[in-house]
Amino acid sequence: MPTEEGEELLALTREICDKALRPRADEAEERAAGSPELPRDIFRTLGRAGLLSLPYPEEYGGGGQPYEVYLQVVEEIASAWMSIAVGVSVHSLTCYPLARFGTESQRRALLPAMLSGEQLGAYCLSERQAGSDVGSMTTRATPDGPATPRSYRVKGTKAWISHAGHADFYTAFVRTSDDGSRGLSCLVVPGDAPGLAFGTPEKKMGLHCDPVAEVHFEGVEVAADRLVGTPGQGMAIALSALDSGRLGIAAAATGLAQAALDLAVRYALDREQFGRPIADFEGLAFLLADMEAAVTSSRATYLHAARLHDAGRPFSREAAVAKLVCTDAAMQVTTDAVQVLGGAGYTRDFPAERYFREAKVTQIFEGTNQIQRLVISRQLLRG
Amino acid sequence: MNIVVCVKHVPDAQSDRTFNESDSTTDREGVDGLLSELDEYAVEAALKLVEEGEGEVTVLTIGPAQAADAVKKALQMGADKGVHVSDEAIHGSDAVATSLVLAEAIRKIGSPDLVLTGMASTDGTMGVVPAMLAERLGVPQVTYASELTVSDGTATIRRDGDTASETIVATLPALVSVTDQINEPRYPSFKGIMAAKKKPVETWSLADLGVDASQVGLDAAWTKVESFTKRPPRQQGQIVTDEGDGGTRLAEFLSAQKFI
Repeated sequence: MPTEEGEELLALTREICDKALRPRADEAEERAAGSPELPRDIFRTLGRAGLLSLPYPEEYGGGGQPYEVYLQVVEEIASAWMSIAVGVSVHSLTCYPLARFGTESQRRALLPAMLSGEQLGAYCLSERQAGSDVGSMTTRATPDGPATPRSYRVKGTKAWISHAGHADFYTAFVRTSDDGSRGLSCLVVPGDAPGLAFGTPEKKMGLHCDPVAEVHFEGVEVAADRLVGTPGQGMAIALSALDSGRLGIAAAATGLAQAALDLAVRYALDREQFGRPIADFEGLAFLLADMEAAVTSSRATYLHAARLHDAGRPFSREAAVAKLVCTDAAMQVTTDAVQVLGGAGYTRDFPAERYFREAKVTQIFEGTNQIQRLVISRQLLRG
Repeated sequence: MNIVVCVKHVPDAQSDRTFNESDSTTDREGVDGLLSELDEYAVEAALKLVEEGEGEVTVLTIGPAQAADAVKKALQMGADKGVHVSDEAIHGSDAVATSLVLAEAIRKIGSPDLVLTGMASTDGTMGVVPAMLAERLGVPQVTYASELTVSDGTATIRRDGDTASETIVATLPALVSVTDQINEPRYPSFKGIMAAKKKPVETWSLADLGVDASQVGLDAAWTKVESFTKRPPRQQGQIVTDEGDGGTRLAEFLSAQKFI
C-alpha cells in the first residue's frame, strides 16, 4: 500500500467483508442460482462506506484514490464474494466515460449521484452479434435535428448487461453514423427513461448474484446533454474505459484465486489420510506452492499496471497482460483447489466448485482472453 | 443534546482469549483488540440522536494505550471527540472502580444530557457498570433499552423481558444502556476514517481526575481471580447403538445429565 490512508481503507473493507459479505455469499449464490438476484443492500452498504467511488476525484464525491489502492479493495471484496467485486468493478466502469470524457458541467450535474453509492450503473456495450467485434453494433441513436440536436432517440438491444433492470443509469454505446467503428457515441441513459425494457435474466454457470440480461432500447429519448464526448468518439471512449475496467477484473480474479487457495490450504492441513494431514504429502504441497506462486504473481502483475496508470503513463498493454495473466491464473488455481478438496471439492458443501465456476467467466468478459492477446500482440508488434 | 458514550476495548472474541500468567487478569497484550461490539450499538444510538437534533457525541474509554483504538473506531463512525483515561494504576480494576473512574471522567467532560453504554462488555460480561455509574452520577438508570427516544427533557425506552415489554420514561440527565436489538451499527465510511484523524482526543490520568490510585486497580478490587485453567478439549460423545431400547437409553442419558 502506498499510503496509510490505503491501509485504513483496506482494513475497513476487510471489516465489511467479514461482517456483511462472507457470511452471506454461499447461501445467496445458491439461492440465486434458480432465479438471479442482485443483493442491492450490499451495494448500498459499500456505497455509504465510500467504496463504490474510490478511483474518482473527491470534488465530484469520489474517494480520490489511486488505482493501486482501489484495485486492492476490489481484490479484497472478491476474496469474500466474487459477484459483488464484479459489481463494484462494473459500476466503476460505468462512471469512467463521464469522469474522463464528460464536460465540466456534465460532471457537476451527474457524477455526484453516480459516485454517492446510492446509484448503481450498467455498462451497455455488447450486442448479440457484436461481442468482440464492437464496431459492428447496430443499436442506433437518431438525433432529433441535424445541426445541434436537443435529444437522441435510441433503438436497439444490448446483450450480457450486468445489473440490467436494477441499474439507476445505463452508460450506453450507440451508433450515430454508419461510419463503422468511427460512428459510435456514448450516452448516459437514466434508468427510469420511458422505453427501456429488459430481457429475462440469463441462466448462467455462476456469479448468480450478478444478474445479466438484455437491455432493450425501444425508442428511448435521451437528452443531448447526456452525450459524453463528441459524436463518433464512442469507440475511443469504450476502449479507454475497458483499459481501466480490465484492471478491476484482474484484481477481482486475483481475490477469487486467493479465496480458493486459502480454502485449499485449510482443507489440506485438516484432512488426514494415511495417518497424517494430506498437506504433508509433497505431491499436494507442491500443488499448493504453485497456487501460491500464481496468486502472488497475479497480484504483482495487476499492481504493476495500476502503478503505470497512477503515474499517468501508458498502461493499456500492461492492463491486457494483467487481465490475461490474472484470469488464467484464477482458472488454474480454482481448478486445483477443487482437486485438493477431492470429492468434497466437487460437492456444494464447499465453495471450491463455486469458485471454479466463477473463475471461468473472468476469461470471457471485459474482452475475452483471446482479445487480450490481440491487444498485447498489436501493441507489441506495431508499437 | 450532549451525549457521552462509554466504550471498552476488548480482546477479539474470534481470537484465542486468555488470562495473564502473572496476575490472572485478562490478557490484553497477546491478542488483537477491538471496540466491544456491544458498545457499537451505543455509539450508533448516540449518533442517531445527534443527527436528528443537534449537540455532540463524546466517546469515553478507560484502558491501556491500545484502548485508544476503541475511541478511534467510534470517531470513525462519527462521534465528535474522544477521551481516553489511561493510567498504570487502573490495571486490574473491578466494576466498582471502573464506575468510579468513568463517573469522574464524565464530570470532567461536563454535564452531558445523556450517558449511553452497551448492555455489557464482551470480555467481562458483567453488565453492572451502567447501574453503578448511574448511581455515582446521581442520575436515573434506564437499562437494557431495545428502543430509545428522547424528547422534551425525557428519555423513553422499551425494555424487552421474558414475559413483557416495559416502557420506561426517565428525566434527563439520565444513563441508558442499550441492547443489541436497538439498531444496526453503521460501518465507518472512508470519509469518516479521514475525518477522525482530525478529531480531538484527550488522554487523562487518574491525577487529572483527582482519583486516588488506592481506590482502583487489582489491590482495591472486591473480587480477584485466584487461578485459572484452560477448558479441557471437548471429549468424544457417547454413541448409543439402538437395539430397540434407543429411546429409553436416550431418555436415561438426558435424565442423568439433568436435561430432563
